[in-house]
Amino acid sequence: MAAGKEIRTQIKSVENTRKITKAMEMVAASKMRRAQERMKSARPYAEKIANVATHLAYAHTEYKHPFVIARENVRRAGLVLVTSDKGLCGGLNTNALRLVMTQLKQWQAAGVEVDVSAIGNKGLGFMQRLGANVVSQLTGIGDTPRLEMLIGPVKIMLDAYMAGRIDALYIVYNRFVNTMKQAPTLTQLLPLTKLANEDEASLRTHWDYIYEPDAQPVVDAMLKRYIESLVYQAVAENIACEQSARMVAMKSASDNAKNVIGELKLIYNKTRQAAITKELSEIVAGAAAV
Amino acid sequence: MAMTIHVDIVSAEEAIYSGSAEVVIAPGQRGELGIHPRHTPLLTTLKPGAVRMKLPDQAEEMMIYVSGGILEVQPHVVTILSDTAIRGSDLDEAKALEAKRAAEDAMKNREASLDYAKAQAELAEAIAQLATIQRLRKKI
Repeated sequence: MAAGKEIRTQIKSVENTRKITKAMEMVAASKMRRAQERMKSARPYAEKIANVATHLAYAHTEYKHPFVIARENVRRAGLVLVTSDKGLCGGLNTNALRLVMTQLKQWQAAGVEVDVSAIGNKGLGFMQRLGANVVSQLTGIGDTPRLEMLIGPVKIMLDAYMAGRIDALYIVYNRFVNTMKQAPTLTQLLPLTKLANEDEASLRTHWDYIYEPDAQPVVDAMLKRYIESLVYQAVAENIACEQSARMVAMKSASDNAKNVIGELKLIYNKTRQAAITKELSEIVAGAAAV
Repeated sequence: MAMTIHVDIVSAEEAIYSGSAEVVIAPGQRGELGIHPRHTPLLTTLKPGAVRMKLPDQAEEMMIYVSGGILEVQPHVVTILSDTAIRGSDLDEAKALEAKRAAEDAMKNREASLDYAKAQAELAEAIAQLATIQRLRKKI
């Protein structure tokens, strides 16, 4: 009964695979909870600093920071690409990278060159295969992103913007909608144009801050932190997305494995039964001949 | 009851304090700042140090340590955006250089791996040629 043994081995191996995917699912589920908490705890800072940035946009400052001045002619764009370090998380990275591809094509058509800052292994590998100009990279963030890690890559982009090497800065990441849904998102970081949208009547009057020591260093520091907080928020969301996408992917893998095992067991039992029936009929036929 | 001002202290990774206070004393870049309610709008960077607050109905001051950051004052709201990392232009520069170097290293390594792949392809070709030659010899 060679076929029976083969099927038994196959069942065994699928069972082992299922054990692994099941374990990964559970690990991802517990990591997801923590990642979501981290994402939420980063929100107050993001809100507050956005508030301050909005106030700043309303203040009648004598000093206009380069970040808030829109440039008409975009010749070179910067792109911060946030992806996960590891795979096995469904279509998460693929979706984000597809979004990047369409954007890159648009830029190419418009004759805009691109500098990429890759955060996460998957995006880095993709950009390198593509032969894009990767100016900075950050990999191995792990499960707990810290703002400190992001300062370097962000600074390179901000410096390039200040020096006029790039005229706009974008970020691509997966926005966390809910556990089942992650939306790849492309947002413009620089120049900061959307700040003055909020309608706060109290801020419409003519006023300005007192700056200590001077307007320029304070506004510089403030806007730098604002961008950093946006990037941090994106990374935190992407990690929450990664874990939930992995959990879902691993759950469906486990379910599939369960189905495959069921089918294989059915085939195994059928062949076993067929063999027994055959043997019996042979014995009966033999007895009848005697 | 004395007038109070709303205070929010947040860092990039968590919310630290939110509540009202009668006076807030923060370590500004040019020395300590005491902020009472209805202070004029002010924006400044903070030095690492303690933020002290006189809370209503409490005799003792509350102290929160911040490692630098930004202080924004609106007449009824004080917002302190605390840094989580120790900042300095030199430190930031070092981090930027590190991220850049990583990218450059990766580019170099990519070339190395490309060479490896090329060598492997050449090797496979050579082996195939040898195998053909041996087969031809056997026939002869």
